[in-house]
Amino acid sequence: MDAITFAVQLLNGVQYGLVLFLVASGLTLVFGILGVINLAHGAFYMLGAYLAWAIASQTGSFTLALIGALAISFLMGILLEEIFVKRMIGRDHLAQVLLSFGLILVIDELRQIAFGKDVHAVAPPSWLAGSIQLTDVLSYPVYRLALCVACLGLAAAIFYVIQKTRLGMVIRAGAENRDMTRALGVPFDLVNRYVFAGGIALAALAGILVAPISTVFPGMGDGMLILSFVVVVLGGIGSVPGAAIGALLLGLTDTFGKVFFPQVSSILIYVLMAGVLLWRPNGLLGKA
Amino acid sequence: MPTSISSPIPTSRRSFLLGAAALGTGVSAIRFPTPAIAQAAPLKVGFMLPYSGTFAKLGKFIDDGFRLYVERQGGSLGGRRIEFVQVDDESKPESATDNMNRLVGREKVDLVVGTVHSGVAMAMVKVARDSNTPLIIPNAGVNEATGPMCAPHIFRTSFSNWQVCQPMGKVMFDEGRRRVVTITWRYAAGTQMIDAFKEGFTKAGGTIVEDLALPFPEVEFQALITRIATLRPDAVFAFFAGGGAVKFVKDYAAAGLGRTVPLYGAGFLTDGTLPAQGADANGIRTTLHYADDLDNPANRAFLEAFKAKTGQDGDIYAVQGWDAAALLAEGLKATGGDWSARSQALAAMRAARIESPRGPLSFNRAGNPVQNVYLREVRNGRNEMVSIAGQAVDDPARGCRVAS
Repeated sequence: MDAITFAVQLLNGVQYGLVLFLVASGLTLVFGILGVINLAHGAFYMLGAYLAWAIASQTGSFTLALIGALAISFLMGILLEEIFVKRMIGRDHLAQVLLSFGLILVIDELRQIAFGKDVHAVAPPSWLAGSIQLTDVLSYPVYRLALCVACLGLAAAIFYVIQKTRLGMVIRAGAENRDMTRALGVPFDLVNRYVFAGGIALAALAGILVAPISTVFPGMGDGMLILSFVVVVLGGIGSVPGAAIGALLLGLTDTFGKVFFPQVSSILIYVLMAGVLLWRPNGLLGKA
Repeated sequence: MPTSISSPIPTSRRSFLLGAAALGTGVSAIRFPTPAIAQAAPLKVGFMLPYSGTFAKLGKFIDDGFRLYVERQGGSLGGRRIEFVQVDDESKPESATDNMNRLVGREKVDLVVGTVHSGVAMAMVKVARDSNTPLIIPNAGVNEATGPMCAPHIFRTSFSNWQVCQPMGKVMFDEGRRRVVTITWRYAAGTQMIDAFKEGFTKAGGTIVEDLALPFPEVEFQALITRIATLRPDAVFAFFAGGGAVKFVKDYAAAGLGRTVPLYGAGFLTDGTLPAQGADANGIRTTLHYADDLDNPANRAFLEAFKAKTGQDGDIYAVQGWDAAALLAEGLKATGGDWSARSQALAAMRAARIESPRGPLSFNRAGNPVQNVYLREVRNGRNEMVSIAGQAVDDPARGCRVAS
C-alpha cells in the first residue's frame, strides 16, 4: 500500500470517526447531564436524514434542508422533554429504556406514514459536488472532505461551549452534583430541556450531514445507535472528550480492520472495546 | 382397520364402520373426477409474502402478478376457481414457521406461494416438507431450497443464487477482464452469489484478486472502495440489493472508480434501484433472468396488462408472481381442476413449458426454473438487454435427492 492510499484510508477512518462523534456526543451529554439513557437517539439520526431529504426534494436546496431539519428536530426535542423525558429524570434505567424504546417504534411508524419506506438519495450542495483527483484511479469526493471540516468545527464548538461558556459551566456543575446546582439557584429544568433538545439536534445533524454520502433508508439509525453506545462506553460514560477519543479510535479500527483483516473486521471494534474496558473499566476518560 | 377375531369392538359396530368407510370411498370416487362438483369449492391459495417492511414493494408486485394472471383466465385455472388467503411475513425468519403453520393448519390452504426473503423461505420449505403442502417460491434464491431441501411438491418460479451469477464469469472473461475483485455483504445470499460467480470466472480462466466483504446490512463502503483502487483490478463484481445497492453504486462513482474500473454485478445491483442511483448507474453490466426491454409477445402482453391494472411498470418480481400462477394453471389443467389428484398435477407442473415474459421457462427435477440468463446494461435509466449470457441455464441442484 503506497503512501497516498494509506493517507486516504486514514482520512476515511477519521471522517467515519468524526460522524460517530457527532452522534455519540449527544448521547453521552444527555446521559451525563440528565442521567437519561436514550435509545431513541439513533431514530433521530434517521429522522434528521428523512427530514433533510423531504425538504431538499421540495426546495432543491441543501442549505434550507439543513436549517429546516435541524430546527424541526430541536423543537421535537423540546417537546419530548416537556412531555416525557422530564418525568424520567431520576427514574431507574429500565423505565428510561422502555420509554425510549417505545419512542423508537413511534418515530419509525410516523416516519413510515410521513415519508414511506423507500430509499432516497440527497444531492450535496452543488458547490461541494465533484471529486478531487488523488491518483490516476482514485479520487476523493469533495463532500466527504467538507464533512470532515464541518465535524471538526462542530466538535470545537461543543468543547468551547462546555469548557469556556457560562452555560457550559452550569452543565458541568449539574453533571457533577445536580442537587447542589439546583440549590444554588440554577434553573436546572431549563438546562435539562436545552441539553436534551441539543443532543437530539446533534443526532439529527449527523443524519442530515451524512445523507448525501449514505443515502436515506429506514433503519439507518439502528446500527448507528449501537456504534455510538460503543463509543460512549469506550470513552467513559458522560465524557464528551472521551467520546471524541473513542469515536476516532473506533473509526480508525473499523476502517483499517476492513482493509487489512476483512474476515474479523465485524468483531474488531468489540475486541477493542473489551480490551479498553479490561484496562480501564470505566472507559478511557470515565470517572471511577 | 383391525380385523382380528379377538378385537374388543363388537361386530355390529365394526361392520358399521366398515360400511361407512366404504360408502365414503364410494362417494368420493364418484365426486372427485367431476369438475362441475369440484368447482363448488375453490382452490385455496395462501400468499405468504412481505406486505410491509423493506421488501413490501416486491411482495405487492408478486401478489399483483399472480392475481393478474388468474383474472385474465376469468378467475379460475383449469376450470377451478381460485381463492386467496394473505399473510404478511414481514421478512421475519423468526415468525416464518408460525405464519406458515397458520396457512397450512388453520386456513387449510391447498397451496402456498411465498416468499422474498431467503431465511423466511427456508422455514417455509421445512414446514412444506413436514406437512406435505405444495409450495411455489416466487423470489427467494437460496440454493438449498432447490438443492438438499428439494421435494416433488416444492417449486420455484424465480432463480437460484447460483443460476443468476455463474454465467457472468464467462461473460466478464470474454470481455477481457482477467483480474477481478469481488465485493458483497457477508451473509448467505451474498456468499452464494459470489461463489457462483467465482466458479464461472475461474473456470473460464480468470483470477480473483481479492474477496471483499462487510457485515450485512452495513453501508459504509468507503474503506473498501479505496482498497479496490489500491488493488487496481480489471473489473469488480458486486452483489448488493436495495438501499445498499443504491449507496454502493453512488460511492463507487464518487470515488472515480466508475471511469477506470468497470463495475459488474448480479441484477439486483440495479433492479428497482435505478431512480435513486441516477446517472451513477450508467454502464453497469449485470446478469439476471429478465431485462426491462425483452422483446417477446408474452412480455409485451404482460407489461401492457400489468400497467393497465396497477398503473405501474411491471418488473421481474411481478413476472415471478405471474409465472407462479401460470405454473399452477399447468397442474390444474392436467387434472381438469382436480387438486386431489395432486401427484398428477405436480408431475404436470414439473413437466411444464411456459412462455414466460422472461422467455422460455421449464423446470428441472428439483423444481428450479431452467431459463435464460440475460446480460443487461444500464442505459437511460433502464436495464436494457445486451445479450443472452446463458441459454436455458439449469441449476445443478447439488444435494437434491429427487429423481428426475
